[in-house]
Amino acid sequence: MEPKPVTGRLVRFSVRMKRRTQRIRRPPHDRYLYLLILPGLLYFLLYKYLPMLGLVMSFQDYSPFLGFWDSPWVGWKHFRTMFAEPEALRVILNTLEISFLQILFAFPLPIILAIMINEVRLTLYKRLIQSLVYLPHFLSWVVVVGIFVVFLKSDGIVNNLLKMASIQPIPFLTSPEWFKPLIVFQVIWKESGWGTILILAALAGVNPQLYEAAVMDGANRWQQIWHITLPAIRSTIVILLILRLGSVMDTGFEQIFLMLNPFTMEVGNVLDTYVYFKGIQQGDISFATAVGMFKGVVGLILVVIANRLARKYGEGGIY
Amino acid sequence: MKYRGVTGRIADGINAVALLLIAFSMLFPFFYIFAVSFSSLEDVIRSDLLLWPTEWVTDAYEYVLNSDQFVRSFFVTVYVTVVGTFVNILFTATMAYGLSRPVPGRRIILFMVVFTLLFQAGMIPTYMVVKETGLIDTLWSLILPVAINPFNLIVMRQFFLNIPEELHEAAIIDGANHLQIFSRIILPLSKPALAAFSLFYAVTHWNNYFSAILYINDPAKWPLQVVLRQIVIVNEPDAALRGAQRMMENPPPPETVQMAAILLTTLPILFVYPFLQKYFVKGVMLGSVKE
Repeated sequence: MEPKPVTGRLVRFSVRMKRRTQRIRRPPHDRYLYLLILPGLLYFLLYKYLPMLGLVMSFQDYSPFLGFWDSPWVGWKHFRTMFAEPEALRVILNTLEISFLQILFAFPLPIILAIMINEVRLTLYKRLIQSLVYLPHFLSWVVVVGIFVVFLKSDGIVNNLLKMASIQPIPFLTSPEWFKPLIVFQVIWKESGWGTILILAALAGVNPQLYEAAVMDGANRWQQIWHITLPAIRSTIVILLILRLGSVMDTGFEQIFLMLNPFTMEVGNVLDTYVYFKGIQQGDISFATAVGMFKGVVGLILVVIANRLARKYGEGGIY
Repeated sequence: MKYRGVTGRIADGINAVALLLIAFSMLFPFFYIFAVSFSSLEDVIRSDLLLWPTEWVTDAYEYVLNSDQFVRSFFVTVYVTVVGTFVNILFTATMAYGLSRPVPGRRIILFMVVFTLLFQAGMIPTYMVVKETGLIDTLWSLILPVAINPFNLIVMRQFFLNIPEELHEAAIIDGANHLQIFSRIILPLSKPALAAFSLFYAVTHWNNYFSAILYINDPAKWPLQVVLRQIVIVNEPDAALRGAQRMMENPPPPETVQMAAILLTTLPILFVYPFLQKYFVKGVMLGSVKE
């Protein structure tokens, strides 16, 4: 009977000690941490998650006078309209077509440019080129489209040069067939340089001994690029491609909106601009919400699939 | 040492020249815009390919700066950029720090943040919330709906996680609470990172066009990008620059006005670009590191 109180006392003592050390180890005043998180959390709830509740409008015939609660429910009506309306189908096709052209032409260019920059031996020259090619990324789309308009309009510098060479002037900005190439070219001009950063970073991590060994084995420049440089950036390229595929529905609102005019509306109207014209300008709130939600859901599914694929092929995925 | 024979040297030469041409294509538009903006009416009429004015005139700049609309919009953009960037940093840094500590519930909040990178409600529901919160036609509509960039938040949290744990422990033993740790230890230590994030946020505000056409109908509150679009892309410099005409007897040619407006709008970006460049490579790299 006697040892029991002793053990009991010991246990109580050790528990008390443990509590005390825990009190020291565990950061006090967690409530201050929540206070710090609160403004940001409120932001996300208000401007990111509350709009998600607003997606119910796509199943209603929303009327500003009736509000969310009293607007009539119409089920999948707007989604059915979307797939029956030739204009909406045209818009979906335009979106996919522009994205496809971007992936085909604009996606590989930063990789090629990065390899070119990586091959430069003179550090100063390399730095100079890098600082020049990053610049357009920081210009606004209004400025970039503005520059293109100034260069390509009927009495702009490009058409003046064509005239000098006795070539018929080309109405670049009002021809439907020039719209998509111009969109892709603008993205190439603006973003190719910026896109090289991550790839150059991956290349900086390549062990120089690999190149030395390759030279010993008699590899020439092309073989070095093919067998050392490209494999070194393969996983970076795969991850960038996944991200790109996930945003196939995203063609960027500002650029397309700024380039659109009545002549190019047929070939250039994409999901983002369509939602703007329908919802904001024509007040067809519910239909525009439905189109936007369709875009978002398809985008989400694509990212998840792309991520799965990347994991399957052993590239780790993005989340 | 890489293999370099004769063919290697030729390849190096071709590569260097090709890169020079690419870099030149990034610079040439500015050179051209600069030249035309200072040109006189005679030069504009006479020359199809104007690369260097015979006579330098500043009429176009006077014209643009005489316009009430342009000057007011310039200050709107400056205001939104300054206040907006402050709000950005305040919201992003506090939340990023909170989420970098082991508080219960941070996993869920972090997931909420990452999910917004994968799925967004879209333009119309967001517009409705902005409208319901009474921000339409106020400059806050250009600031609050973009208060935090989720990607920047994640990168900044990663940065805070890399600050040595011992600093926290020492501060806690000295009796500091988390507010004090954040304001007296973490923030001063993160000055370079905060400067980098500020620059990025500031450039985004300066360049923002989308929010303004959605939320601002009142021309008195239009930021610069909206006016620039009207001057250059819609090609209506005189309509956009109300108030400029009455100040000058002979208005300068519209081309030169357009070029001057483009340059004036881009100048601040060109000015901060060297600072941006110092930081951004590091910033992008920070984000690419997985936990």
